[in-house]
Amino acid sequence: MSEEQLYSVSSSPHVHSGASIHGIMRDVVIAMVPTFIAAIIFFGLNALILTATCVISCVFFEYLSRRIMKRNNTINDLSAVITGVLLAFNLPPTFPIWMAVVGSFVAIVIAKQLFGGLGYNPFNPALAGRLFLFLSFAFAMSGDWTPWSYINTENIVATTSATPLGMLQESTGSIAFLSNNSNIMNMFLGKVNGCIGEVSALALILGGLYLLWRKVITWHIPVAYIGTVAVFATILYMIDPSTNASPLFHLFSGGLMLGAIFMATDMVTSPTDRSGMLVFGIGCGLLTMIIRKWGAYPEGVSFSIFIMNATTPLINRVCKPRVFGVKGKA
Amino acid sequence: MNILKAKFKIHGGVHPKYRKELARDEETKRLPLPDILRISTTQHLGAPSKPVVKKGDYVKKYQLLAEAAGFISAPVHSPASGTIKDIVTGTGASGAPVTEIILETNNTSDAELTGVYPTDEWQKLSPETILNRIREAGVVGAGGAGFPTYVKLSPPPDKKIETLIINGAECEPYLTADYRLMLEHPECLIAGIQIICKVLNVTEAYIAIEDNKPEAIELLSKYLEDKKIENIKVSTLPTYYPQGAEKQQIYSITGREVPSGGLPADVGVLVENTGTTVAIYNAVIKDLPFIERTTTVSGYGIETPSNVIAPIGTPYQELIDFCGGAKDDVKKIISGGPMMGFAQATAETTTTKTTSGLLLLTAKEISQFESSPCISCGRCIAACPMNLMPAELSQFCEAEDFESAAANRVMDCMECGCCAFSCPAHRPLVQHFRTAKAFLRAQPKK
Ligand code: SF4
Ligand code: SF4
Repeated sequence: MSEEQLYSVSSSPHVHSGASIHGIMRDVVIAMVPTFIAAIIFFGLNALILTATCVISCVFFEYLSRRIMKRNNTINDLSAVITGVLLAFNLPPTFPIWMAVVGSFVAIVIAKQLFGGLGYNPFNPALAGRLFLFLSFAFAMSGDWTPWSYINTENIVATTSATPLGMLQESTGSIAFLSNNSNIMNMFLGKVNGCIGEVSALALILGGLYLLWRKVITWHIPVAYIGTVAVFATILYMIDPSTNASPLFHLFSGGLMLGAIFMATDMVTSPTDRSGMLVFGIGCGLLTMIIRKWGAYPEGVSFSIFIMNATTPLINRVCKPRVFGVKGKA
Repeated sequence: MNILKAKFKIHGGVHPKYRKELARDEETKRLPLPDILRISTTQHLGAPSKPVVKKGDYVKKYQLLAEAAGFISAPVHSPASGTIKDIVTGTGASGAPVTEIILETNNTSDAELTGVYPTDEWQKLSPETILNRIREAGVVGAGGAGFPTYVKLSPPPDKKIETLIINGAECEPYLTADYRLMLEHPECLIAGIQIICKVLNVTEAYIAIEDNKPEAIELLSKYLEDKKIENIKVSTLPTYYPQGAEKQQIYSITGREVPSGGLPADVGVLVENTGTTVAIYNAVIKDLPFIERTTTVSGYGIETPSNVIAPIGTPYQELIDFCGGAKDDVKKIISGGPMMGFAQATAETTTTKTTSGLLLLTAKEISQFESSPCISCGRCIAACPMNLMPAELSQFCEAEDFESAAANRVMDCMECGCCAFSCPAHRPLVQHFRTAKAFLRAQPKK
């Protein structure tokens, strides 16, 4: 008989893919780098300070609230970092620092930790923080854009410093101007007014491609979301091009790319099955366009994703894969 | 050409690190007869067999040790001659208590039965005689479940089997025992297939092999060609886990979905494991009972990874010593494969007819993580070959809401582990489903 040796015993499987929450979140952070660089290029030090403020306060609030609630420390999962960056990305460049701290508090403490932390939060924390700021500090959130020199050309009254969607709603810029190629190109690159992380569609798409390549997200939500907006905008444009902006304008304006690539794809608050993701993306797209076209606000991305977050449990209940060997619906 | 590519792509599945190179090219070796064998009477699915020997008895090799105790059960024979030291309660590979017959072997060639009525003219035997030999030889599914083979080969008369699939996928990482069988004994395998074809009266048979085993594919296809055997074809499957799962394999090859809760026979198919098929060959053509099998001993924790033929009842420690011993940094000992096998607390467990592998895994090979709340990433759903929603199911299980788990078809879970393998939150998904299934099975049927 050999000597008794005890080995560790646990349930199968005994091997693992190596995927971890930390790894996923790290990839998301990496995917946000191009947008962060774009923000600094376009908005300078303001963008850097805002992002740093939000990240530091989010991580701090995460640490503190876990500590107070006597739960394990979760700052290493990097989810608070992402919330911080996303929140900052959703703020205008001149946003007051103290308000950004308040937004971080709402995002991490109210929208996330009070629900139990990562995994239990029904709404995307950054989104909740942004909407809170938007409704509380409406002026700071939308009234005070730094004029962006590229856009102030002959077609717009020199004093306007609105975002493209703002101009569309206020009819301060002619539809023809907003939809023309050079303006669209500026919007694609990010040379427009807007929140620091939403302006550059190019940088956001680069990040999105990285996430797809790393299999952190699947194509379903972004494609369904952006596709729905494109189809909706095309239909409006075909009906009446004199009052509706072109589909490309809608794709590259406002927070659509940021929302579709980074906010709507938040795993915790979006459906788990791919069929549900499609429903979710289409819902976001429809709501966004309805708000943009008929709503009181120029932009509808945040509200749309927020509302669809609320429907996620329902979508999860309805959109299930057909179980192998079961005919019809499971 | 007798090589066909499987046409249908199943949902889900994963690509674990296969690490087959460890033992793949090791020719099968025979373990010298251990001095002590502890032969479990739970070698199979169903009722444990009933010992027919008692302490102090002298038994010959191949002699019956325990008889089948019911329809779903199988007899157990002595792998060697020797003296019964005792009959005790021990621990099986799954951790459940089992009855063990302790045999002190004497290494003589004192054998019973063998060669009394073997026949190379097995074609003359009636299907009933063949089935009888398979039953009396104690042949059970060697792939893992250990379902008694003669029961499987006697489908209800209203279920006509049209297609036979021999499962040579061996999709579990590390394991290479079936692969070695295919390479080293193609004649036994093919003859075994022909025997099954005759019993079931089927004309169409496929040997399913994953395309990461090109040598086996080529060798078998050439063998079939040389022997002009036309009713058996090699079917290549794309390599991923769990390509060897019965329902998934049937779908890959035939496109037929075994209904939930049903059997392969419901879609006219029967799947038999490679090792079992060779055991059938031994039972029918050589008239030898199932007393030994090939086990892959592998992992980074074993000195010399090998494929070893060992008698049933061999303590794992004997296999480990034979393969050069365990390295110092072994963390886990697994009976079977790393995806579905059982972790062992000690190396005192013994081999059975279903021990396909014995893995000694080091820290860098295994997963040891804290689990955290589900982040709804959906990876488990994307990985589940049964199209279940493991994330949701596990939430039901955690809340002990087994009824909702049942309504969401937890019983269709085959415990393949793809979900837990993929989960970034390291949730104990399979463990939850096992608990739920055990609970639901214990409930009276409504
Ligand atoms: S263990 Fe069950 S739930 Fe998990 S992937 Fe396999 S069949 Fe699906
Ligand atoms: S893989 Fe894990 S974390 Fe992801 S949805 Fe499934 S259970 Fe949740």
